[in-house]
Amino acid sequence: MKRVYVNEEWCLGCHLCEYQCAFANSGETDMVKALKGVKINPRIQVEEGDGVNFAVQCRHCEEPLCVKGCISGALSIKDGVIHLDENKCVGCYTCVLMCPYGAIMPGNGTAVQKCELCLNNSCGEPACVKGCPNAAIVYEER
Amino acid sequence: MEKNYVIVGNSAAAIGCVEGIRQVDTKGSILIVSDEPHHTYSRPLISYLLWGKTDRQRMKYRPDSFYEDNKVDTLFGVKATALHPEEHTLELDNGETVTYGKLLLATGSRPFIPPMEGLDQVEKKFTFMTLNDALALEEAITPDSKVLIVGAGLIGLKCAEGIFEKVTSLTVVDLANRILPSILDEEGSKLVQEYIEKKGVKFYLSDSVAKFEEGVARLNSGAEVEYDVVVIAVGVRPNVELAQQAGIDVNRGILTDVHCATSAADVYAAGDCTVSHNIASDQDQILALLPNAYMQGETAGIEMAGGEANYDKAIPMNAMGMLGLHMITAGVYDGEVYKEQNCEGYKKLFVKDGKLKGYILIGDVIKRAGIYTSLIREQTPLDEIDFDLIKHSPQLMAFAKKERKVKLAGAKE
Repeated sequence: MKRVYVNEEWCLGCHLCEYQCAFANSGETDMVKALKGVKINPRIQVEEGDGVNFAVQCRHCEEPLCVKGCISGALSIKDGVIHLDENKCVGCYTCVLMCPYGAIMPGNGTAVQKCELCLNNSCGEPACVKGCPNAAIVYEER
Repeated sequence: MEKNYVIVGNSAAAIGCVEGIRQVDTKGSILIVSDEPHHTYSRPLISYLLWGKTDRQRMKYRPDSFYEDNKVDTLFGVKATALHPEEHTLELDNGETVTYGKLLLATGSRPFIPPMEGLDQVEKKFTFMTLNDALALEEAITPDSKVLIVGAGLIGLKCAEGIFEKVTSLTVVDLANRILPSILDEEGSKLVQEYIEKKGVKFYLSDSVAKFEEGVARLNSGAEVEYDVVVIAVGVRPNVELAQQAGIDVNRGILTDVHCATSAADVYAAGDCTVSHNIASDQDQILALLPNAYMQGETAGIEMAGGEANYDKAIPMNAMGMLGLHMITAGVYDGEVYKEQNCEGYKKLFVKDGKLKGYILIGDVIKRAGIYTSLIREQTPLDEIDFDLIKHSPQLMAFAKKERKVKLAGAKE
């Protein structure tokens, strides 16, 4: 299955992926309208270190601890993609407790949020990858 | 009736078992027997149901088509009365006997009700474990209700949260000197208690009900609490009778090996009715927690169908919201303590023998908690990572480059 993989040597730490993510999941068609004056809460997060940066989002694990631990049945695997049913999620944060990558986070409402590879929004493929200026994240089979 | 697989129970462990079996065997016949007359639902969501944060449809643990999709036959509202491991048969209270190839006991637990003077005279008294419990409680309370909850553990407090907005007063009594003793340390208990008290819940700790009189509960401290509805939430007991009568090894809970197999051939057990091995404390205990129940059930299912799986990373772990305050905890609270406390929240990490053994996070410090959980589950030696970096905020940067390549770049281990 195609996943988003990290080339950490190439990551500039520019955080563009975070903005692309926030925009893609905003439901807006205009980037300025979507992001201006907004404190973004993206599903991908750049970690910055001493000369090293990289972006982290849901790894779409084959043995997803978040899905196994989900108390409401809101998380499931659909064709390899870990899918969140926001309507079922009560925001208990058991998935935050379970995810070894720290890739599920509180959302803007009750439900948590996570990367679904932009398959659940109008972008259709990972907006973070499309917008990365240095191929520090790629969407491919490995 | 004859089935390849029979599962007694219909909650997380049972569903995990079905999904485990189907990973290996897509054809074998499966029967679920459950004394509850409901499609599988999330037990921990009954408080959210009363609160109005979910409903009967959304709280279903799996979609309506689950049993059909997985080719599972169901007998709901039917109780298993006797298990005969030698004959591979299970007797049911509808008079039928089922012959099985492999069987899973996922019988769960039930509320424990201690003897209390006058309780039998209380008209509106409830436990808080099942959907039917929640529905009965919902029907009994009115906006004028004064509810007395006996028990300040997870179940009692989640019940309080569920009905908080729907009643006049909520009083919680517990024999222990602090709330949530199984998931918090003393400082954490105090913090959360203060938060809940500010919302308007009244606590009587180190106290208990001496006698229920009509409309008034007299406590041992001498205090009197007016009530019209009582909820008993002092604890649960594993349902082990079926196993015990079948001669299966039980020590408080049903004993299993790492494959979730019991002492009887072809009989497995998972969930609240079993004893788990807590790897953080290296002790055996009952870990009545949904994620563990699912993973045990899945392990059992894979094994029952002839696959290979181990349930060998069990630790206590809880994520709990309480009237808007979130807390995430895991492991055991033993060892050297790293503590942070500020306006954002409260954090404690417990380190022993060079490994992270447990943590408590309360408030806005819960982000990426799973990175800590994974250090406990995997028993990662802390000298292999940059632990100082990770103390304040959990991050993958703390792992060595080679490890990051595995985690993020698809490199093989």
